[in-house]
Amino acid sequence: MSELEELLRAKARQLLAEGQVQQVIGYERGTVPLRARPCFVRDPEQVERLVWNPHCENNLATYLHQADGKVAIVAKGCDARSIVNEIVERQVPRGDVVIIGVPCQGVVDRRKVEELLDGRDAFDGQITQGHLVIHGTDFEESVELQAVWNDSCATCRHRNPPVYDILIGELVEAEDGEDVFVAVRELEAKTADERWAYFSSEFSRCIRCYACRQACPSCYCPECFVDQTQPSWFAKSDELSDVMAFHLVRAYHVAGRCLDCGACARACPMGIDLRTLSRKLQKDVRELFDYEPGMDVEAAPALGSYRQDDSDKFIK
Amino acid sequence: MSNWTLDKSDIAAFLSDLGKEYRVFAPVRRNDLVSFEPLDSGEEADLGSGNSDVPPKQVFFPRSETLFTYEGGEVTAVPLEEESRLIFGIRPCDAAGLVVLDQVFNSDDYQDPYYTRRRENTVVIGLGCDRPVSTCFCTAVGGGPFAVEGLDLLLTDLGDRYLVEAVTERGQALAEGNSFLREAVEEDERLKAEIVARAEQAVSGPSTEGLKAKLDVMYDDPFWAEVHQKCLGCATCTYLCPTCHCFDIVDESTRGGGRRVRNWDSCQFTLFTLHASGHNPRPSGQERMRQRVMHKFRYFVDNFEMVACVGCGRCVSKCPVNLDIREVIEAIEAS
Repeated sequence: MSELEELLRAKARQLLAEGQVQQVIGYERGTVPLRARPCFVRDPEQVERLVWNPHCENNLATYLHQADGKVAIVAKGCDARSIVNEIVERQVPRGDVVIIGVPCQGVVDRRKVEELLDGRDAFDGQITQGHLVIHGTDFEESVELQAVWNDSCATCRHRNPPVYDILIGELVEAEDGEDVFVAVRELEAKTADERWAYFSSEFSRCIRCYACRQACPSCYCPECFVDQTQPSWFAKSDELSDVMAFHLVRAYHVAGRCLDCGACARACPMGIDLRTLSRKLQKDVRELFDYEPGMDVEAAPALGSYRQDDSDKFIK
Repeated sequence: MSNWTLDKSDIAAFLSDLGKEYRVFAPVRRNDLVSFEPLDSGEEADLGSGNSDVPPKQVFFPRSETLFTYEGGEVTAVPLEEESRLIFGIRPCDAAGLVVLDQVFNSDDYQDPYYTRRRENTVVIGLGCDRPVSTCFCTAVGGGPFAVEGLDLLLTDLGDRYLVEAVTERGQALAEGNSFLREAVEEDERLKAEIVARAEQAVSGPSTEGLKAKLDVMYDDPFWAEVHQKCLGCATCTYLCPTCHCFDIVDESTRGGGRRVRNWDSCQFTLFTLHASGHNPRPSGQERMRQRVMHKFRYFVDNFEMVACVGCGRCVSKCPVNLDIREVIEAIEAS
């Protein structure tokens, strides 16, 4: 058990034992090698389940709006920003959530690990000195963590939770300077036909399992537009036009709200590039309204407020 | 039934040759995902990647299927597929999944013409599973890495060649006239026995012995409220399951015409079996999770005397939150 885990468990135990919260939403060891997964702890005796490591890939903020009572939630930089977003959007009262902030260096992309293993089956792994050491029945492989970070972690500029009630560990140095929108600029440089071809190819793999929507903390509509049947806005078949309509409308629906935590892309079982489109909108919102979602609980959301000096170029 | 061998160096040519007579489906890797696709050439087949990411059920039961179209009061049925097809490289767990689907779509009470026609028209050639992974649990649900249920021919990887065994008359007939196959020798069968023993040993899983009896009395158990918590409510587990078969039929109408489509549906969706009145018999994740487990391990056993799970492990490895059906089974068994 790491020092951070020890701190985390002690805090969780205290919060539960003192009745400050009804449950702690955190991570536990997964059943699949090299995975951690969400867990819900209500009993102070159960805090030993809690873990903290670079496999803690889920954005737990997605559970927040369905939780009853007061909850404490373990939050990386992006997760904390999602929580802030939910507070800003009046989905969760600030007083009902205790944010256990954990500065984050990145989370491991299990698909990159799978690719690296090329069919070999891992049964365990450890993180040591910036490396992921993977054990299989007849091999041991060490890989630099940098090489297997999620793409969204590689461009993350908010490793520290901007808002927290309890901080576990020390704040990490923020990375800055590099253009985080390189991929978006590449997309923008393409012709409309090329962009259409790219997204058609990506979204044609979609099986409409809606894992992206379900994993997204900003997708909390009680009834999603694709689930409405009277009237039905979109057909439910695998026709590309319908699949595309779902993804385009979803991207617009999270515009100004998506903070690129990457939970959608990690959840997608088909490995679809779900981030590029949302990031294009993220970049637009930043340029048009100088707004970054999830940084401040007092902020007025970009698309939910009006300023005299708003850029209104798009209707000129 | 007889045995043959097939040189690995001949595989592409063997498949291309079969392509003259059949529409051949085999595992193909695209965008780092392996799924069963119709081949243009034998070279496209990827047989070394373990089990496919997407199960082959869609070859028989597509995600969306037009049943008929209508225009101005005229209804036009979509003709049933008549082509001869062959699916190559299917794993024994997925082939067992076809046997599960057969119960539903080709029972004494009801025969689904779309599914049954495709099944009748398709030769099924399996590839034994010599490298089971940690999420595999076929042996716990009545299968095995070299089980032959649902197959016409079974292949075993012997290194530089495959051992080819006929399981059905249809498989025998296909193999007998094939110029790429040579008669197997005793050594080939001995090698296979070793491989099978090793593979079977590598698979583990929860016991399912008392599961049905437990589930029979667990409908209102508080267990369901606990177990579903981390579930996000997506359809990854059901859509990537080789046995899940729920579907929804909708009319897609445009002015003056339209089509009736059958789409996959998932018990994990809020919309699943939502009544027109607005009443939802499964209003929360708790009831939906119960439905998934009950359908696989209780209702299906009641109806067809088999479980609707083949232990392929996709729902375990693909679940975005690692909700593990093996663990759910263990918890029920231990309750």
